[in-house]
Amino acid sequence: MSILLNRDTKVLVNGISGKIARFHTKEMMDYGTNIVGGVVPGKGGEIVNGVPVFDTVKDAVEQTGASASIVFVPPPFAADSIMEAADAGIEFCVSVTDGIPAQDMMSVKRYMRRYPKTERMRLTGPNCSGTITPGEALLGIMPGHIYLPGSVGIVGRSGTLGYEAASQMKALGIGVSTSVGIGGDPINGSSFKDILELFEQDPKTEAVVMIGEIGGPQEAEAADFIRDHMTKPVIAYVAGLSAPKGRTMGHAGAIITAFGESANEKVGILREVGASIAPDPSLIGTTVAQSLSKAS
Amino acid sequence: MDIHEYQAKSILANFGVAIPRGGLAYSPEQAAYRAREIGGNNWVVKAQVHTGGRGKAGGVTLCENEEQVFDAANKMFGKRLVTNQTGPDGKFIYRVYVEGGVHIEREIYLGFVLDRKSERIMVVASASGGMEIEEISESHPDSIIRSIVEPAVGMLDFQAREIAFKLGVDPAQIPQTVETIIGCYQAFRELDATMVEINPLVVTSEGAIVALDAKMTFDDNALFRHPDISELRDKSQEDQRESQASDRGLSYVALDGEIGCIVNGAGLAMATMDIIEVSGGRPANFLDIGGGASPERVAKAFNLVMADDNVKAILVNIFAGINRCDWVAEGIVQALQNTPVDVPVIVRLAGTKVEEGRKILASSGLPIIRASTLAEAAERSVEAWQNTTKSTNNIQILGEVAS
Repeated sequence: MSILLNRDTKVLVNGISGKIARFHTKEMMDYGTNIVGGVVPGKGGEIVNGVPVFDTVKDAVEQTGASASIVFVPPPFAADSIMEAADAGIEFCVSVTDGIPAQDMMSVKRYMRRYPKTERMRLTGPNCSGTITPGEALLGIMPGHIYLPGSVGIVGRSGTLGYEAASQMKALGIGVSTSVGIGGDPINGSSFKDILELFEQDPKTEAVVMIGEIGGPQEAEAADFIRDHMTKPVIAYVAGLSAPKGRTMGHAGAIITAFGESANEKVGILREVGASIAPDPSLIGTTVAQSLSKAS
Repeated sequence: MDIHEYQAKSILANFGVAIPRGGLAYSPEQAAYRAREIGGNNWVVKAQVHTGGRGKAGGVTLCENEEQVFDAANKMFGKRLVTNQTGPDGKFIYRVYVEGGVHIEREIYLGFVLDRKSERIMVVASASGGMEIEEISESHPDSIIRSIVEPAVGMLDFQAREIAFKLGVDPAQIPQTVETIIGCYQAFRELDATMVEINPLVVTSEGAIVALDAKMTFDDNALFRHPDISELRDKSQEDQRESQASDRGLSYVALDGEIGCIVNGAGLAMATMDIIEVSGGRPANFLDIGGGASPERVAKAFNLVMADDNVKAILVNIFAGINRCDWVAEGIVQALQNTPVDVPVIVRLAGTKVEEGRKILASSGLPIIRASTLAEAAERSVEAWQNTTKSTNNIQILGEVAS
């Protein structure tokens, strides 16, 4: 078991004919991801990386039975592509694209609400590195080899900082059940709480590492969930202790504009609900190890 | 992207928001001329700088004759306005805006933001206008009215009416208040703003609803579809290095420490700053060169970081994922050979083909300090910075003895 993705998940690549998409499609296939097709309007019938291309997501879903997709589409067209996936019955969608206008994401989130919650597509990103279930499948752009299969879930906004955490854990022999990137944009498909919920229900996941950063209310929302519903240990690190107020730190969403959005405030809130805090980014792995040994 | 008050006002006026008569000036003479053009017997001269808190910092002057307008403008031009929001360097005043005076009956706060909790546009209003929203939320938290707009239908008249009545606006002024609120919302939505703020929105003694100040911020990611808004960018108001960086597709924020940072990925870049602080140093900047960390980007990054005179050591922290460390290492070596730097450079590589990458750094003959973990990289950087500081002090002492 794992969350969101396993070796049997049938995956579509939206925008498969682009250079970057081709490269990552091959990487994903090499890792074991079950890629069954691609979508590029006007290129239906072609073959890319050995899989058939379709004009619309609906066609692709009908022909292949795909239930997941990854969207490699430039910012001006990405929102449309995500909504097309939602409408075609895709269950899990990863949006890697960095630079989607915030109000486009506002429309995407509103559009997705037309489906009842049980039938609503689960979106992660945009501006995320993707999701990996180590040893089974990866839907994203991360290097698969830095993740050891195991039983600790990871959820974080950042790509490379997530790699840092996974490789610190691997060095200590700690494996990962699934790692989920939720992206650095101010409006994103899934929040920390959404993913914590999945990990809490997943029998294979024993503990969860949550890697937050400055800006936005999602870490505080996650803290409420941890307090009220999480039985599994949570290890947290929040990046940006030295970030000044009112400045965007790379990620469009990494900006302190309101009370409770600084790293220190978020750390305080998470500590209060019982999360083990990694005091600095070099100690994520050892904090996980301590937390696991306490739990066992 | 931020724009000036006069630009925001002219945009909002197109959406039905009433503004005082005003004109832009690039010289004191022009300012006096504008006052004559506007007419009346009192004016306000306002420095056009991208910051709040102008009033308290001397960036807004009330005048009663043209001579005063000239003098007020003359005092502002070419100066740096330092407010509680600009930092010690302040912002250059290259333009002033002259406006006809308005008889203020009462002041209202009206703001629009992209609310991250509801993931929708939220209107924030308060009858206690004239002070910063942070102050209002401390001193008059109960006066704050919030209303969230459903994106499928947009801002509805009744919502705007509710806000107007809650603000206690006189029934005769309700229609104009509603028009102002809806106009701001439409500007926000149509132009991909992330913030619109009118503070204060005033009720004049003649009973008009007028925007006395206006601020707008736009979504950088949406500028591709608003070329007319992109043109309003004023680079003189940006940190020079930050605007250079953004022109080159790098994400850079200047800070006041001594250890320059070159990192791939925003989260890792923030984490690198954090560990420098934990290790006793201070980061000179935030710099995300993008997940890929291509050699060209590494070279640009060195130039950018070295342009900061405060930098006494540079920490390069790259987690190579899809790209390989050997490739990134070659980029670092090339960058340093082409543009030698005169401060210690600490490099930490991790990820794919890390051994090959370290070998390339070791055999380059360059005085690169290598580190294998994040903690080690930070410690080495702080050490290197402390050593350079000591040796500079020694040189100064020697110099004093010699003279």
